[in-house]
Amino acid sequence: MAAAGVLVLVVLACLSAPIYAAHVSMSDPFASNLDGSITIGGQSVDIMQSTPTGLGVTPIGPTWAGQYFLGADDQGRDVAARLLYGGCNSLLIAGGATLICLVLAGFIGIVAGFTGGIVDTVLARGLDVLWAFPVYLLAISLSAVLISRGLRLGPVTINSDSLLIPMAIIGVVYVPYVARPIRGQVLSLAQSDFVLAARCLGVRRPRILLKDILPNVTTTLIVFAPLMMALNMLTEAALSFLSIGVQPPAASWGTIILDGEGLLYTRPMVAIAPGLAIMVTVVALNFLGDGVREAFDPRAKLRVRK
Amino acid sequence: MILVLLRRLGEMVFVLFSISILVFLIFFATPGADPAARIAGRGASPETLAAVRHSFGLDRPWPVQYGLMMKHLFITQDLTSFVNTGQLVVPAVLQAVPVTLSLVFGAAVLWMVFAVLVGVAAATWRGTIIDRSLMMLSLLGVSMPVFWLGEVANLITQARFHDTWLFSWVPALGYVPLTQDPFMWFKTLLVPWTVLAVTYIGLYGRVLRANLVEALNEDYIRTARAKGLSERQVIFRHALRMSLITLVSMFGLDFGALVGGGALLIEVVSSLPGVGMLTYQALQNLDLPFIMATVMYGAIFIVVANTAVDMLYVVIDPRARDAR
Repeated sequence: MAAAGVLVLVVLACLSAPIYAAHVSMSDPFASNLDGSITIGGQSVDIMQSTPTGLGVTPIGPTWAGQYFLGADDQGRDVAARLLYGGCNSLLIAGGATLICLVLAGFIGIVAGFTGGIVDTVLARGLDVLWAFPVYLLAISLSAVLISRGLRLGPVTINSDSLLIPMAIIGVVYVPYVARPIRGQVLSLAQSDFVLAARCLGVRRPRILLKDILPNVTTTLIVFAPLMMALNMLTEAALSFLSIGVQPPAASWGTIILDGEGLLYTRPMVAIAPGLAIMVTVVALNFLGDGVREAFDPRAKLRVRK
Repeated sequence: MILVLLRRLGEMVFVLFSISILVFLIFFATPGADPAARIAGRGASPETLAAVRHSFGLDRPWPVQYGLMMKHLFITQDLTSFVNTGQLVVPAVLQAVPVTLSLVFGAAVLWMVFAVLVGVAAATWRGTIIDRSLMMLSLLGVSMPVFWLGEVANLITQARFHDTWLFSWVPALGYVPLTQDPFMWFKTLLVPWTVLAVTYIGLYGRVLRANLVEALNEDYIRTARAKGLSERQVIFRHALRMSLITLVSMFGLDFGALVGGGALLIEVVSSLPGVGMLTYQALQNLDLPFIMATVMYGAIFIVVANTAVDMLYVVIDPRARDAR
């Protein structure tokens, strides 16, 4: 339960990003602010400070005060404010991708497992191929193609800087991970005694699907959700770090780590803070996943107690 | 057994063919823009566009386009980059393979050794504070973005603590071929190996612990105990052997995935000029021919490696023969 609490805190903090930017950081986290200055302890301090050698400038480090709490990045933007805005995008993408993945996987798994025959063969084969295709390579090729020109499918146009692109890509690449176990579960459910009993009673197939199969599958999907979201979070960060996820000027925790790469030796906090944020969120999601699994699967609980 | 092996080979050919179709569809048939414009990169001249159109047969039917793509990739191997004009893609990729292999191989040795240590220790002292702290550390390892860990490692070993006795031996980022100076090769790769291994130590350690705990409740373990074997013999000779099977098949998949491109994040952070680094550079200027080549070759490597592991299973484990 502590894990759920941590997650709620993270989400609330990220949702408060506009308030933080407007009232605490008092700067636009998406516009460069190279000439600006802030007031620390009554003194005005430039955000971009000249280095001791006199060559070039370094962004201000963490002030640990309200404004520029974690310092500035190489555009003079407030890292703390960007961290919160970036968190919104990271959580949104990870959550949206999880939803896409579970809905698609649930649908494919149920259709394949319940229809059987040629439909099942085709779907199962397709999943096998997608499974054999390494996740990162698939995500990279899809992103590279879609980021370069966007997507136009009939009336739907998605711009290349839309958050929907990383969301959809991450959602799709992990479909086999969930759809394969779901298909297996539906196959064994279709053979189970209570489904057989229902069929003997003359219950129609749609009703069996709705009343007997679906509730069981939903449980599995719920158990998968936090774990998939943790995985998606890391994938989003990786894609954004490779500059094929969230596109500038929007931020996500992955892009902020990328911003911090060039400043690593002078202002390490720019890269360290978003990494810690990812770690805390993913650990919390994994704990939540364990908790949910134990709550839904009594056998798992038994196994842990032994 | 021969039949099973042949069938597995047939499956491999099918999967490879499907993957090549998928790659083709992604790069040439994604709706939204002219594929020639995508391949030629940003701001290409009309002449370049025409050249791309001609060389990939973009005005001809899809089967012809597919054939031309495969020909450029595998037969003539003359796929060229349009962003860095004239650079041949396939030789560049093949040249980078040893770097990636060095990285992944060393990390694999590290993570197998430490994962077994972590798993066995946690299972032996299950329920105690040792078990809990090891599992917590493993969870942390799994939950860190690997490129971030790499940056933190760079920060510590290259800057913050570089001048202390602890990390003064760490050479500057880069790669030294094994054939040129084995000792430097080892020193430059030690930090990237460790960073890459952390995630997998966490993952494998947790899986191994779960498997061991399950195995320790099995009947054959009770038999072993009843025979009067020591706890060490029970764990190492009996429980560990069974539990390692899952780990070995995971290892086959992960090793293949890393060599096939999964290691790119570490290569980028540690400035290792491997296949992943090439992919990364191509991504920076959306150099699609390069990405196409690394994805295809990576995917092929992974599929072939997985098939090899599966076939090895069929040879070693009689149960795998019956299961099919």
